[in-house]
Amino acid sequence: MFAIVDEPIDPRALEAAVRTPACGGVVSFCGVVRESADDGRAVIGLRYEAHAGLARASFVEIADEIQATMPEVRLAIVHRIGELAVGDIAVVVVAAAPHRSEAFTAARSAIDALKERAPIWKEERYRDGARAWIENRCGEGNR
Amino acid sequence: MPTIRVVAFARLREVLGASRQIALADDATVRDLWAALVETEPRLQGLESGLRFACNERLCGAEQRLREGDEVALLPPYGGG
Repeated sequence: MFAIVDEPIDPRALEAAVRTPACGGVVSFCGVVRESADDGRAVIGLRYEAHAGLARASFVEIADEIQATMPEVRLAIVHRIGELAVGDIAVVVVAAAPHRSEAFTAARSAIDALKERAPIWKEERYRDGARAWIENRCGEGNR
Repeated sequence: MPTIRVVAFARLREVLGASRQIALADDATVRDLWAALVETEPRLQGLESGLRFACNERLCGAEQRLREGDEVALLPPYGGG
């Protein structure tokens, strides 16, 4: 349920893995490769790298922190690495809880924390052949 | 002279390769390791902004002392998600 993978991620499989009969709300967030960069340049794909051991440990730590305040929440966090094309799913967070409020809050907290704390790197590849490593801006929370 | 394994990611990997070995003086710290790498690869200059380190799969500070066989990961600013 916490993993770095180099194959496509199946959000439905993760939902099935975390939900139990006690869960009345399941929120899945999918981060997807977008066709344009923040500066408007046309993007043809992304390449992700990760420190797999540390990244997975950060996912577990993020989930532990969320469960410390919301013990009934169940989480899955999976990030894909390697070459991704526009439309591919790069990351999936699933939060399941007895009620929707906790599920939404937990999913949001988890993806925000991942962007800040998980040792994962993203290289944008542009239609004009250029490439650039993109850094997450700290505290942005809404991108 | 402990030998340290360095693993690098993202733009640092483009300069250093995925991993390399480096011999350091006894009692060398992570900061000394970085200085030695910059001396070998001047293109690393200016890439220390936002840089984090891990030793043997745990985040560590620049003052961490290194021992024979340690593996140090060089972690530039993150971009996941």
